[in-house]
Amino acid sequence: MRILSDGCAHSGSLGLPAPFPILSVETDNYRTKTFTIDLSLDALPGQFVMAWLPRFDEKPFSLVAADPVTLMVTAVGPFTNLLHAMGPGDPLWIRGPFGTSFRLPGSGLRAAFVGGGYGVAPLLWLAQTWRRQLEGATVIIGAGTAADLLYVDRFNALQKEAMSPGVPLEVLTCTEDGSAGSTGLVTDLLSDSLRSGETDLLCACGPHGMLAAIDSLGDEHNIPRQLSWEAYMRCAIGICGSCELNGSVLCLDGPVLEYGRTEQDAQPV
Amino acid sequence: MSEDLPNPSVTFLDRELPSPLVLASGIWGTTVSLLERAADQGCGAVTAKSCGPEPRAGHVNPSCIDWGGGLLNAIGLANPGVDEEIGLLREAKARLQPRGVAVIASIFAGTASEFGDVARRIASASPDFLEINISCPNVEDSFGEPFAANPDAAAAVTGCVKQAVAGQAIPVIVKLAPNVPSVGRIAQAAVHAGADALCAINTMPGLVLDPYSGQPVLANRSGGISGPALKPIALKAVYDARKACPHTPIIGTGGVSDGQDAVEMLMAGATVVGVGSAIYQRGPDALRNIHAELRQWMAAQNIASIADLQDRAHSEPLYATSPSIPPAPSAH
Repeated sequence: MRILSDGCAHSGSLGLPAPFPILSVETDNYRTKTFTIDLSLDALPGQFVMAWLPRFDEKPFSLVAADPVTLMVTAVGPFTNLLHAMGPGDPLWIRGPFGTSFRLPGSGLRAAFVGGGYGVAPLLWLAQTWRRQLEGATVIIGAGTAADLLYVDRFNALQKEAMSPGVPLEVLTCTEDGSAGSTGLVTDLLSDSLRSGETDLLCACGPHGMLAAIDSLGDEHNIPRQLSWEAYMRCAIGICGSCELNGSVLCLDGPVLEYGRTEQDAQPV
Repeated sequence: MSEDLPNPSVTFLDRELPSPLVLASGIWGTTVSLLERAADQGCGAVTAKSCGPEPRAGHVNPSCIDWGGGLLNAIGLANPGVDEEIGLLREAKARLQPRGVAVIASIFAGTASEFGDVARRIASASPDFLEINISCPNVEDSFGEPFAANPDAAAAVTGCVKQAVAGQAIPVIVKLAPNVPSVGRIAQAAVHAGADALCAINTMPGLVLDPYSGQPVLANRSGGISGPALKPIALKAVYDARKACPHTPIIGTGGVSDGQDAVEMLMAGATVVGVGSAIYQRGPDALRNIHAELRQWMAAQNIASIADLQDRAHSEPLYATSPSIPPAPSAH
């Protein structure tokens, strides 16, 4: 398996799926679990893998971490229900990593990380990876209800860890029904944040409507953004066109697409 | 610098195309934006994803994998159906016509008369060419043995489609299968039934197993092999089709990954060259790179035009027939 070190799409063999045992399973909420797999990949935050159960189905999952491979799985259909019934020692077939990663354009920036629903999956690793090179970071996590909020504890732990050596990391939450955090959408919090302080870069993952709204906000405030789009990945290698979005194939050109970038050369993390 | 390179324009079915590269069916052909992207990268013609009479979800995943020597895919003709496809083709044509890039519609169906029906409906979008996919190896459960397996069946489908689009001046291209004893015989049957051009070839049936589960990797079990492993098979099919049908334009498709592969395909008998899996093998700029490499190769070899490459493998060899014979096997 090969990935170019610049975080851009692969140009080589990504091979056949192979089985790796599940190491641990952690329950995050009423329908979401986080699986750790006995596999390390040379991958970057934002990239995804394909997880296969032979003769059943194969689905794309954003990497929550690559060493060891960690996947957030929300039970939404037959495949994820079957995965939820599995435990340590059970094999999961993996191929990847695929697609583009988030790319840090420089050091000393203030970044906002915005996750909606299970879109928070790649953002914890991203914040961990970048935080020492950032001037500061705001994490905004949103969901429909308190029960749907994901990884708040993990981000709070990262926030404590970030106190020393002293990079300010702010964690904000919101729910649509007001059952936790502020009432409203992540874009409401982001809008307030953009008005009150300086932000140099927006990184977001979530539903298409949320990303489109963040794109508009970023455009309005003239802030570059890196948006990770969800799509049904069929071939996962850029040829079938199933995951097309405005001329980009999200499995190869994406899932992370850049908008409004002013810097000429983004540097890899 | 590129101004000094040879002009790669080519005539295909009486139409002057800016480049001999053709985006193969099933690759990027799902949206107008992707067809346009292929044109931007140097394709002279682009083929939309095959569409059938009704919308089709296709096979579940895995539907495409890299097994080492190329790809194996069984997407299963996922498509929105002919009625939806008409809009896509109309828009694609409106956007690509100004730059001289041709739009090829691709259709499939379960019976010869159904092929005629889909052809009649798709013709209302006025695609520049109509490719009939009688050779998809991955839908046998739905449609039985491909029509391309048999000269009579290939001729029957071709005849129905020609009749359906008669009077509309849309040339018909028949896409052939590699896994037949004689590609030339099927090619001739299609041409006698009215095919204006041939596309050789579709993917080659194959099976990849996962040794840990003992199961086929693709959800459809088998799939079609494309990429580097297909190239010599495609070259032979194109060579045979050219021999069998000396005057019929051919889209030579199969395993073309760089400019030199395209040169070889033209020499084998292709009029223009299909490219598909290279977008995986070479990355998202594959078409642009192959286009540049082809022109650089021509410049380096003092070849002025694509026509100078076409059919070279069918010309007389450099030397008179070799009088050498291999030594007889020794007795011990």
